[in-house]
Amino acid sequence: MTLNLIVFFILAVFICVCSVLSVTTSRILRAATYLLFVLFGTAGIYFQLNYSFLGAVQLLIYAGGITVLYVFSILLTSSQGDKAEKLKNSKMLAGLISTLAGLAICLIVMLKNKFLPSHFESGELDVRAIGHALMGAGKYQYILPFEVISILLLACIVGGILIARKR
Amino acid sequence: MFDFSIITNWIHEQLISFMPTGLAVFVECVAIGICIMLMYAVLAIIMIFMERKVCAAFQCRLGPMRVGPYGTIQVFADVFKMLIKEIITINHADKFLYNLAPYIVILASIMSFSCLPINKGLEVLDFNVGIFFMLAASSIGIVGILLAGWSSNNKYSLIGAMRSGAQMISYELSIGLSILTIVVLTDTLQLSEIVERQADGWFLFKGHIPAFIAFVIYLIAGNAEVNRGPFDLPEAESELTAGYHTEYSGMHFGLFYVAEFVNLFIIAGIAATIFLGGWMPLHIPGLDGFNQAMDYIPGFVWFFAKAFFIVWLLMWFKWTFPRLRIDQILTLEWKYLVPIGLVNLLLMVIIVVFKLHF
Repeated sequence: MTLNLIVFFILAVFICVCSVLSVTTSRILRAATYLLFVLFGTAGIYFQLNYSFLGAVQLLIYAGGITVLYVFSILLTSSQGDKAEKLKNSKMLAGLISTLAGLAICLIVMLKNKFLPSHFESGELDVRAIGHALMGAGKYQYILPFEVISILLLACIVGGILIARKR
Repeated sequence: MFDFSIITNWIHEQLISFMPTGLAVFVECVAIGICIMLMYAVLAIIMIFMERKVCAAFQCRLGPMRVGPYGTIQVFADVFKMLIKEIITINHADKFLYNLAPYIVILASIMSFSCLPINKGLEVLDFNVGIFFMLAASSIGIVGILLAGWSSNNKYSLIGAMRSGAQMISYELSIGLSILTIVVLTDTLQLSEIVERQADGWFLFKGHIPAFIAFVIYLIAGNAEVNRGPFDLPEAESELTAGYHTEYSGMHFGLFYVAEFVNLFIIAGIAATIFLGGWMPLHIPGLDGFNQAMDYIPGFVWFFAKAFFIVWLLMWFKWTFPRLRIDQILTLEWKYLVPIGLVNLLLMVIIVVFKLHF
């Protein structure tokens, strides 16, 4: 039992408990908070894998950005005493079946897949390499998806302004 | 310069000489955590005392004078008072979130605090994405403030939290842009590297015009980011009682209070690190004797001197400027600071590409 493994188990249990809690709680802001914890746990796993760039991105974009957005919209739309209605049995059953199906698919894919041997053993990945990969136009480089996402975000901003400005 | 990693390596070797490596690392992590929290608390006490004295000086008063010589024990008395106060619970409030919110704020604050390089070899979190991680960690605090405002079951708190959230999200943009300007100049994100690159002159001097503009933008945005100074709308007493922490009492209020002051120190510490060279002494290329004399002053003295100088600057802002309205705050950010920051970034890129910096 190495320290690495212990930390991984703690993170894994933390993520599982928080994700179950986030779908079972009936108060929407609590669900958002548990989601925040799940994202923290995921970032922790990235840090444990020594991929600090992805961990920091996870914290900045998901924990610091998306969750704040969720909390903001919940604050604007719902009031203090709001609680979700109790689920019907049929809906519960459907949810349970789809969850189990999802779990089965994930397990099959993960257990059947032959993972490539990892060629990045220890130390941190250079930020310069990540930057070149994100902004380069060569093979295994990601300038096209990067720009497509920028256009998508631009469209979102224009759409948001259009909706907000309509009088 | 004295390298603190000699001491830390010695401790590490002593520990692994009689226990397995995993356990030694665990013991070190716990010890460092305790050290950070201790330093956090001590800094908060120093900052609160400084705030009172600086405020008093700007208003031609003496400040706290009764408890201890020059009122030095006043803050300890206040902390003790806060510790023995009752923590009240709010009816019809979400108690779990109400109790959780201060800890999220303090967690974000401690995480970004531990990124600060205090001396050579005395940096706790030193990733190669250091400054980026610092930004990420400090952005979590907003969630805590929003939760605090919502779970207090109080309209003033909610309005305070919404204002605070809008303000902090907006001003994070300017902080990011001004830090990015310096990252363009350094071509590294690692905080210890950033300090090392300033051995032949601090970035404020090396980057001349764009660095200076970035420094000014950083100071304004940093002040807004910690909800202080002319930007303390979230807790504008005259209109919102105390903003998002109206309903908190005892140590839960204390956590918000402490986090606010240490966040001010973190903002100042980052400014000192990326613009004024962190623990790097004042070096002037060419004057070797002068540089050697400066090296005899230890690094942490330089770091704390610079950081507290910027803290003093920010307190000066707070006690001289009148408070802004919320629409004025957002106008200042989105119509002035962000465009200036973007143009400034472009200017810095031009200067770096044509090697016009020192």
